[in-house]
Amino acid sequence: MSVRDSLARSLHGRLDDVQGDAGYGDPAEHPPRMGFFTDTSVCIGCKACEVACKEWNEVPDDGYALSGMSYDNTQALGASTWRHVAFVEKPLHPTTTDLGLPGMGPPGWDTHESGLPRAAPAGADQATESGGANDDAGVRWLMSSDVCKHCTHAGCLDVCPTGSLFRTEFGTVVVQPDICNGCGYCVSACPYGVIDLRKEDGRAFKCTLCYDRLKEGQTPACAQACPTESIQFGEVDELRERADQRLAELHEKGVDVARLYGRDPEDGVGGDGAFFLLLDEPEVYGLPPDPVVPTRDIADMWKHVGAAALTLVGLGVASFVSSAGRRR
Amino acid sequence: MAEAHPVGFQWVMEAKRRGATIIHVDPRFTRTSAVADLHVPIRAGSDIAFLGGLVNHVLSHDLDFREYVVAYTNAASVIEEGYRDTEDLDGLFSGFDPESGQYNPETWQYVGATEAAAAGQRDPAQAAGGTSGSHGQRHEAARSETHGSGGPGVASKGERDETLQHPNCVFQILKRHFARYTPEMVQSVCGISPHQFAQVADALTRNSGRERTSAIAYAVGWTHHSVGAQTIRTAAILQTLLGNIGRPGGGIMALRGHASIQGSTDIPTLFNILPGYLPMPHAAEHQDLESYVEGDAGKAGFWGNMRSYAVSLLKSYWGDAATADNDFCFDYLPRLTGDHSTYNTVKGQIEGRCKGYFLVGENPAVGSANGKMQRLGMANLDWLVVRDMAMIESATFWKDGPEIDTGELVTQEIGTEVFFLPAASHVEKAGSFTQTQRMLQWRDKAVDPPGDARSDLSFYFELGNRIREKLKDSTDEMDRPLLDLTWDYPLEEDGEPDGAAVLREINGTGPDGKALSAYTELKDDGSTRCGCWIYCGVYADEVNQARRRKPHWEQDYVASEWGWVWPANRRIIYNRASAAPDGTPWSERKKYVWWDAEQGRWTGSDVPDFVVDRPPDHVPDEDAKGPDAIGGQDPFVMQTDGKAWLFAPLGVADGPLPTHYEPPESPVRNPLYGRQNNPARQKVSHPANPINPSYSEIFPYVFTSYRLTEHHTAGGMSRTLPYLTELQPEPFCEVSPRLARERDLEHLGWATIVTARSAIEARVLVTDRMRSLRLGDHVVEQVGLPYHWGPNGITTGDSPNDLVNLTLDPNVYIQDKVGTCDIRPGRRPRGADLTAYVEDYRRRAGVDPDDPTDGRTDR
Amino acid sequence: MRGEQSMVPEADVQPFESYYGKQIIKTPTWKTPDVPLYLFLGGLAGSSALLAEGAALSGNTTLERFTRLVAAGGAGAGTVCLVHDLGRPERFLNMLRVLKITSPLSVGSFILAPFSALSSAAAASQVTGRLPVLGRLAGVGTALFGPPLVTYTAALISNTAVPAWHTARRELPFVFAGSGAAAAGGLAMLALPVRAGTPAHRMALAGAALEVGAVATMEHRLGMVAEPYQQGGSGRLMRIARGCTVAAAALTVVGRRSRLLRAVAGASYVAGSVVTRFGIFEAGLASARDPKYTVVPQRERLRARQEARAEPA
Repeated sequence: MSVRDSLARSLHGRLDDVQGDAGYGDPAEHPPRMGFFTDTSVCIGCKACEVACKEWNEVPDDGYALSGMSYDNTQALGASTWRHVAFVEKPLHPTTTDLGLPGMGPPGWDTHESGLPRAAPAGADQATESGGANDDAGVRWLMSSDVCKHCTHAGCLDVCPTGSLFRTEFGTVVVQPDICNGCGYCVSACPYGVIDLRKEDGRAFKCTLCYDRLKEGQTPACAQACPTESIQFGEVDELRERADQRLAELHEKGVDVARLYGRDPEDGVGGDGAFFLLLDEPEVYGLPPDPVVPTRDIADMWKHVGAAALTLVGLGVASFVSSAGRRR
Repeated sequence: MAEAHPVGFQWVMEAKRRGATIIHVDPRFTRTSAVADLHVPIRAGSDIAFLGGLVNHVLSHDLDFREYVVAYTNAASVIEEGYRDTEDLDGLFSGFDPESGQYNPETWQYVGATEAAAAGQRDPAQAAGGTSGSHGQRHEAARSETHGSGGPGVASKGERDETLQHPNCVFQILKRHFARYTPEMVQSVCGISPHQFAQVADALTRNSGRERTSAIAYAVGWTHHSVGAQTIRTAAILQTLLGNIGRPGGGIMALRGHASIQGSTDIPTLFNILPGYLPMPHAAEHQDLESYVEGDAGKAGFWGNMRSYAVSLLKSYWGDAATADNDFCFDYLPRLTGDHSTYNTVKGQIEGRCKGYFLVGENPAVGSANGKMQRLGMANLDWLVVRDMAMIESATFWKDGPEIDTGELVTQEIGTEVFFLPAASHVEKAGSFTQTQRMLQWRDKAVDPPGDARSDLSFYFELGNRIREKLKDSTDEMDRPLLDLTWDYPLEEDGEPDGAAVLREINGTGPDGKALSAYTELKDDGSTRCGCWIYCGVYADEVNQARRRKPHWEQDYVASEWGWVWPANRRIIYNRASAAPDGTPWSERKKYVWWDAEQGRWTGSDVPDFVVDRPPDHVPDEDAKGPDAIGGQDPFVMQTDGKAWLFAPLGVADGPLPTHYEPPESPVRNPLYGRQNNPARQKVSHPANPINPSYSEIFPYVFTSYRLTEHHTAGGMSRTLPYLTELQPEPFCEVSPRLARERDLEHLGWATIVTARSAIEARVLVTDRMRSLRLGDHVVEQVGLPYHWGPNGITTGDSPNDLVNLTLDPNVYIQDKVGTCDIRPGRRPRGADLTAYVEDYRRRAGVDPDDPTDGRTDR
Repeated sequence: MRGEQSMVPEADVQPFESYYGKQIIKTPTWKTPDVPLYLFLGGLAGSSALLAEGAALSGNTTLERFTRLVAAGGAGAGTVCLVHDLGRPERFLNMLRVLKITSPLSVGSFILAPFSALSSAAAASQVTGRLPVLGRLAGVGTALFGPPLVTYTAALISNTAVPAWHTARRELPFVFAGSGAAAAGGLAMLALPVRAGTPAHRMALAGAALEVGAVATMEHRLGMVAEPYQQGGSGRLMRIARGCTVAAAALTVVGRRSRLLRAVAGASYVAGSVVTRFGIFEAGLASARDPKYTVVPQRERLRARQEARAEPA
C-alpha cells in the first residue's frame, strides 16, 4: 500500500465500505463484507468449532493442561487457537437483584405465548423456601465461542510493518505467513488479545475467516460445524439485522441481560466483522468492555513525537549556544 | 443430550426457539441444563420415585387423557384376585420365589385371559421363564427377550371394566401402587423440592392432551441401573396416561450410547436374539421349528406371522440348502443353554470355561463395569482377537493394565495370545448406521483405510472364506452349517465386499430374486429370503432407501424421504393412536394419521401403523389370529391385546409395575418400602465383585459416571487425538463445594475415590453444578466421574469403571453405574499398596470375605 | 467454581469482573533485553547525532569524533537488537517492503535505516579522514534523522492496546527525548575531558530535567494505570532510574570541575536512561498481564459516556 493510500485511509469511526477504503474500489467491484454473528444464547459448548477450525486450517494443538476454568481447557485465543469456547459458571443468588447492578440477575422467566408456565432458573426459587432441597440457589452456565473480530479498524493491520497483514476483498483481515517476520507488533496492537506469535515458529497467526473457503463460496469451518447455528456466517449487513431481531426477541421474552457486542459501527473499532450476542458483561467472557483501535490516536501520537523531537533539537541547540556564548 | 448428542441437540434448540419448554432432570448441571428452561437435580438412581410421583400426580388429579387411556390401554383390564402389590407386601409382588430370586407371574394375569385354547399356547409361567432348577441366583436364558419385540402372549383381552371402577382393574391398581409417591416422598427419596416437582408436573400435564403433546428423551442415566427397564416402564406409563404415545411431538426417545447401537440390536450382537428380535432358540425347549414358533403363532398382531420371518431368515442364511424337509436348516442355529450374557461370559472366562474372545470395536478394560473382572477374564483366555483403530487398553492389559501395577497379574504368567487387527473407521468404508429413531442412514466410503486397516465386513467375509476353505472337504455333520451358508457377496474394485449387497440380502428377496418391499410379503414356505424382517423394505425397488438424502426444507416435518426407518419407513409407531377411537384426529393441530372414510383407508403424514384398510369400528372374530386379531381401536399392534400395557402381566422379570428400589449400593434406606433393593436383580457372584454395604459411614457418598462431549466412550477414538485431547486433557471428578469442604478437597488438586472393588485417582473440579441434595434430614453428596479415561493414549488416567459393582437388571443384564464410595484428597497408593488400601476399606466397611457379593440388604 | 472475580478493593480499585482473572490483551511478545535496550540505544544514538552536529558546527572535534562513533555504534547495536527480537530474524528486510504511517514500526524502519547508513558514513569519514565533505553531509543527514529516531519509539509502544503505554502516549515522547539527551550527554561526560564535554553536560542536565518532569506528569495524569510505574518490579525500576538521573544531575551541578565527579555523573545519567527504558517496558508488560488495567478504565469510560448521554443537553 502506498504512503498516499495509508494517509487516505479512514482510521476510526463509521466506515461502511471497508474494502473500498482498503483499495478494492466501489461496492460493485468487490464482494459484500462477510463475517460472523455468534449468538451465545444458543451455544451448547460442544467445541465443534474449535476442532473443525483446527482440522481445516491444520493448526497445531495448543498444549494439554487442565485449567480448572470450568470446561474451558483452551483458555484463550492465540496463535494456535482460533476459536475458543469460554465457560462461565455463575451462581445464582437469591439476593442478586439487591446488588442493583444491571444485568446481574438471572434472565427473566415468565410464560410462553402458549400460556404455559416457563420455569424459573434452576433453584432460583428454592432458596427462599424453608426446607428447600438444596442449600444454594442454583447456577447458570454461560458459553461463548470467541474468535478474531476482523475489526473495521483493525489495530493489527494498522501496525503491521511488513504488509503481511492485509484486508481481503471480503473485508476480513488475514496474515500472510510467507511475509510475516514475527516482529510481534500486531500482538500488542490488538485490543481484544486475539493474535499472537507461535513460539516454535516465530510468526503471527490468527483466524483467517477461512479465506480459502470463502474464495470457493463455502462457509467457514466453524460455522459449518456448529450444530445449533450459534455461529452464523453471512454478509455483515444482514447478520446485523438478524442480530437486532434476535435481541428484540430475547428482550421480549424477558431475557434482559442479552446484549449485542461489536455490532455498533460507531464503536471504538468501527464495529466488528465478527460480533456477538452476550448474556452478561463482556469482561465476564474475557472481552474488553470498550475496545478502541490504538491507531485512532496515531495523529495525536505523531504530533507529540514531532513536538518532542523539536524539543530535543531545542535542547541540543541550547546546549551549544550557552557553551558557545561562554567560550566567546 | 447436549453433552452426548450435540448434533442431535440442534433440534431441541430449534424446538426451544419455537416456544417449547425444555426441562432437564439430571444429578449434575450439564451443558443441556445450561440452555434448558429448568434443571431439576436428582439423586442418581432415584428416577422411578420421581416418575412415579408424576404418575401419582396425574392419577390423583385426574389429569390423564381419559379417552385415550380407556380405549387404547389396558387400564380397564381386570387382574386376578390373587394379585398382591408392593403396597401389600412391603416391596414385593405376589409370586416371588426367594430361592431362585425370580417371580412367577401367574397372579398377575388378566381375568379370563388364561382360558384361551390356541394350540400349543405357552402357559404364562413357562412363558415368563420361571423354570425351576436354576443355579443359585442365576437366571435362565433371558426369558424376557425370548419373547422378541412383540412381548409375551396373552391369549385375549380378558375381562375389562371401561368405567375403571373395578377395584382390581389396572387403573385402580395403578392408583394404589403409586399412592405414596407424593411430592413429599419424592423430596425424601430424590432430593427434589416440592416446588420444582410442581413446576415439572404442571408443565408436563398442561402440555399434554388433545391439543398438545410432550416428549421425553432419556439415556443411560435411566438404563444403567438394576431397575433400568422399570425406569423406562415408569416413563412409558406416564406418557401413556397422558396420551403421548403414537402422536407427533410425543413419545419416549432413547438417546443411545453409540451411533449405531440400535442397529446392533436390530442385526444383533446380543446372545439371545436373532435379527428382527426373533428369539435365539433354546436347547431344551426348541427342538424344532414348530416348537420354536408355536408360542407366537397364535399372537395377535404382526408378531403372529413370526413363522414367515423365521423361515425367511433361515433361507437368507442357508439359501438353497434350507428346505421344508430339513426344517429350513433350523437345526443349524446355535442354541442357548443358559445365560450367556456378557458379564456371565466374563465370569466364565475367569473360571476357565470360555477360551476365546473377539473384541470388535469394544474396549471392556475401560468401557465395561468392574474393569478388574474384565481384565481378569481376558488374562485367562487362550486367545483374544482385538479389532480397533487404536491400540486400546483391552489389547494391552497384559503389559500395562492396573493389575500389572499392583501385582495381581504378572505379564509372564498371562497365557492369552492377543491378536490385534487394525480396523477401518466409518469414513473408510460404506455401510449403514441405525440410530435411535430406528432410522437407517447409509454412508458412502470417503477415503481408503490406511495401511493394513480393513473394514469389519471384509474381515468377517475373509474369515468365513478361510474357515470354509479349511473345512471344504469335511464330511462331519458339524461343519455343514458353515459350509451351507450363503457366502457369496460380490467384491468392489478395491477388494471390499459390497455392503449394499449385504443390505439387499437383509432386505430380502422374493421367489423371483427381486428385492422385496415390505415384510407383509414374507412367506413361511421358503419362497422368500430376508435377513431381518423389520428391515424389509430398505431396498425396495432395488433402491438403497437408506441412502436417501432429501433435505428437510424440501419436505414436510415428517421428512419421510430422508433415510429409511424400520419398519416400513414408519416414522412414529403406534400412530393409530394419533386419532380418536372413531378414526378422526384428536385435534387439527395434532393430526397425524386418520381414517379416510371415503377412501376406506388410513391416511396422513406417515405410513399408518395399522392394517391400512381396517375401519376404526372393526371388531375381530373371537378366534382370529395374527394381524386379523387387531381390532379397529387397538393401536398397539405389537402387543397381543393391541393395548398399551400400563400393567404388564408378562414379560418383565421384576414386577408388573415399576417400584422404587434403592441402587444395590446406597447411602440411605428405602423410604418407601422395607425391601431395600430390587428383589429380582441379578447378582454376579465373584470375589472380584464385592459389594459396598449400604448406608455405611465408610462409603457415605454416591458416585455416578457419565460422559463429556469432548471424549467418546472408552476414549480409544478421542484420547488418541490431539485436537480432542487438548479439550479435556486430564481425568477429573466433580464435587460440590460442600463436599469439597467436608473432605478437604482442593479445586485442581488430586483425589482418590474408593469402593470395595478398587480405588482410582482423578483431579478435582469443585463446582456448583454438582448439588448437595437434602433427603429429609440427610444431605447426600454425589461424586461425578467422566468415565472416558484409561491407561492408553495421549491423555491417560484411571478408569472409573474399575469402581463399579456388577449388579444387573434382570430383564436386560445391564449394569448399574451408580454406587457408593469414599473420596479423599491426594493421589492413590501405587503397586501392592493399592490392593492393601482397598482391602482395608473392605474390612472397615464390613464386606464379608466369604460372601462379598452379599450387600446384606435383603431381609 | 466461581466464574466471576469480585475484587475486594485494595486502595481505591473498584470491583470488576474478569474471566478467571486472566488478562484480556496479550502480553507483548517483544523480548527483554532486546527491545528496552533498543529503546535506549536509539535514544543514545539519535541524541549523540545532535551533539555531533553541534560539535561540528562549534569546532569541538573531540566531542564530534566521539559522538559520531556513538551514533554509528548505537545504531548498529540497536539494529542487532531489533533483528534478534524478530520471530523470523532472517526476514528482517521485509520491514522495508512497505511504508505505513499508521505503523510507527514501519516509519521507524525508514528512520533507522537511513540513520544507520548515514551515521556509519559520517563516522567512517571522521575516523579515516576520507571524503570529509561527504562525511560532513552525512553528518547533517544523521542529525536530521536523529531526533525522530529518539522519539518515534514512544509512538511505537504507545500505538498498542497496552494500557500503561497507550494512556501515556502524550508524555512518553518527551520522556524518551529527555532520556536520550541524558544518555548521550552522560556518555560523553563519562568519556571526555571537562571542556570538550561541556555541551554534553548541559544536554544531559536538560535532558534529565525533561525526563523527570515528563515522567512525573505522566504518572500524575494516568490515574490507576500509573500503578505499574509505581508498584511492583517495574515501579522499582522506575524509582532506581529516577534516583540515578537525579543523582547524576546533582553531581553535575556540584562536581562542575571535577573530572571524577563528572564521570560518575555521566555514568549515572546513562544508567538512569537504561533503567528508565527497562522500567517503562516492564510497566507495560505488567499492565497487560492484569485485566484490571484494561477493564476498569474502559468501564469508567463507558460510564462517563452513558452519564453524558443521560444529562440534558
